[in-house]
Amino acid sequence: MALLQIAEPGQSAAPHQHKLAIGIDLGTTNSLVATVQSGEAKTLVDHDGKAMLPSVVHYQENSIVVGQAALDNAINDPSNTLVSVKRFLGKTAQEITASYGQLPYIFDETSGSLKVQTVQGLVSPVQTSSDILGVLKARAIESFGQEEIVGAVITVPAYFDDAQRQSTKDAAQLAGLNVLRLLNEPTAAAVAYGLDSGQEGVIAVYDLGGGTFDISILRLNKGVFEVLSTGGDSSLGGDDFDAILVSHFKEQTGIETLNNKEHRLFINKAKACKEALSSYEKVNVGLQLRDQEFVVTVTRECFANLVSDLVKKTLRACRRAVKDAQIELEEILEVVMVGGSTRMPVVREAVEGFFAKKPLTSIDPDRVVAIGAAIQADVLAGNKPDSDMLLLDVLPLSLGLETMGGLVEKIIPRNTTIPVARAQEFTTFKDGQTAMSLHVLQGERELVDDCRSLAKFSLKGIPPMAAGAAHIRVTFKVDADGLLSVTAMEKSTGVQAEIQVKPSFGLSDDQVASMLKESISNARDDMEQRMLKEQQVEALRVLEALEASLSTGGHLLSQQELIALRAAMTELALKREQASDPDDIKTAIEMVDKASSEFASRRMDESIKKALTGHSIDEV
Amino acid sequence: MAVTLTDAAAGRVQAFLKNRGKGVGLRVGVKTTGCSGLAYVLEFVDEIAEGDEVFEQKDVKVIVDAKSLVYIDGTELDYTREGLNEGFKFINPNQKDECGCGESFTV
Repeated sequence: MALLQIAEPGQSAAPHQHKLAIGIDLGTTNSLVATVQSGEAKTLVDHDGKAMLPSVVHYQENSIVVGQAALDNAINDPSNTLVSVKRFLGKTAQEITASYGQLPYIFDETSGSLKVQTVQGLVSPVQTSSDILGVLKARAIESFGQEEIVGAVITVPAYFDDAQRQSTKDAAQLAGLNVLRLLNEPTAAAVAYGLDSGQEGVIAVYDLGGGTFDISILRLNKGVFEVLSTGGDSSLGGDDFDAILVSHFKEQTGIETLNNKEHRLFINKAKACKEALSSYEKVNVGLQLRDQEFVVTVTRECFANLVSDLVKKTLRACRRAVKDAQIELEEILEVVMVGGSTRMPVVREAVEGFFAKKPLTSIDPDRVVAIGAAIQADVLAGNKPDSDMLLLDVLPLSLGLETMGGLVEKIIPRNTTIPVARAQEFTTFKDGQTAMSLHVLQGERELVDDCRSLAKFSLKGIPPMAAGAAHIRVTFKVDADGLLSVTAMEKSTGVQAEIQVKPSFGLSDDQVASMLKESISNARDDMEQRMLKEQQVEALRVLEALEASLSTGGHLLSQQELIALRAAMTELALKREQASDPDDIKTAIEMVDKASSEFASRRMDESIKKALTGHSIDEV
Repeated sequence: MAVTLTDAAAGRVQAFLKNRGKGVGLRVGVKTTGCSGLAYVLEFVDEIAEGDEVFEQKDVKVIVDAKSLVYIDGTELDYTREGLNEGFKFINPNQKDECGCGESFTV
């Protein structure tokens, strides 16, 4: 007899029609899977009753080991044991080395994308992530017998860019999972606490994990979580707290240098001591080594003093994030705690003190993100048809297109809720132009050079027409996962070109933050630059058009008139190249207009005369 | 005439109801579907309908509609763990056979 779960009234699934959806927290250090059963979201455990799967994959010659067993091999076989691979998603080897220093891996980029050399050959970060997801998927299938998994919601950090999100999606597909949605981690945590159906306002999510720290400021507005700002430290986490305790032990025992095995012992004891301090005021740590027995006593107060620098570091990031979000500290309605390290009373107290608010801690901070993902997956799978919870995300940065002069025309502004589609019409710049090159950009700045290039493609087969006569409709479409596709279509002929944006390299959270900041601090400069460029483009257009008409109608002008016009044109060309004030170019354009107005009217007369010659007045 | 709960099942139902935040009890019933004729229904109840029988025990109201009761009278509902899977199990004396997957049954 199959085991049954309680359904909502009137929604008992017919046999073989259960819609099982899972939520996955694909973490840097640990990963979890959760689902909603009988109206209750819970994380699924493995055979040993453990919910957390270390995000570690060990490649052996004939097998792949994932999780704790793989982690145990990290010391013996570092080059074949991939740890914290999430940090490599959507990045180049150069970027990884720059951020994390020397790692025990051999990177290979000959195929154009990053791979790691292992005994099983080249392995991409996507493949490794997929191996982790595969284990979680198998766990879910085993927990539900024959029920089919209709899909999964996978969480990603709020600062993940398109490349990193696409890599995560690719990994899920490789693992045979249908991705219902990628969800921002802080948003998932807020959903787990039911904040999405609560009061509208600002929420802070403080996420201190094993190796990373993230602070996100979200605003809930009409059921939409908007990411106001993100911040943090990609190399600050629980491990650093352990390291401080290890050096404290060393000090207390008088042992200065440790071999590998002793170091491991110290780290394990430090971890245990740290965890015990969350429940007890005082912990006695027994250390047996070198035929001696040491006992180190650590009180909460002593521990708080030792780690106060680390805690302060997180609070500084919080202050910055609040500032970046351009809100006042008092506007924050709720503070959500995520990550195992937030169990430490010293951290909780510091966060409570900083935000002057008791943080939400009732849900296990290790599981809260997975639980939020599971709740969202349950809704997306259609298990709650009447649910009013339709969670939307927003674009972190604006998306746009390059126009003449190296300017960026924004098509979809940042913080637009997704999915979204926006179209805009563009035209040709030159007579007889038959192709158009489209350059897709991401960022807040006005100039192409300051934004991030996502993709380039061209639309060919535009029928030759006068400059400005063609209508080219460019459509930007962003799906629910934040992935972009761009279509360009010439309206008279229907020729079109399309591109899916799968950018080849990523941005770090710091970069996104600094891109946003730069756009604000450079707003005035950018606008001036933009106006200058616009005038330069206009000057070029005027000069080219005049040159073209002079070549066919130059005979209409006297020598003197021609010299005067040429002089004005030379002046304009000079101003176009040298002037830094857009008004100077504008004046020069006006001068050329004046100098050429006589020429223009004569040309007009001539073409009318030509057109009318030989025609009777009745015909006109 | 009765449908009963084991202690484990009663405890889980209470917990699920509390977690859900609303609902008066648990509906147990059958519907005609599946590969072997009938399938069990297990739902939360927000309103007791006309013709429903209510069996209260261990602080849980078990609600059964009159039509279903014929097929499940004397059933005991248990909550068990089988491997990684856990859920409710029907111990129904009326049941004669079930389909291979155990999701539907015949009386």
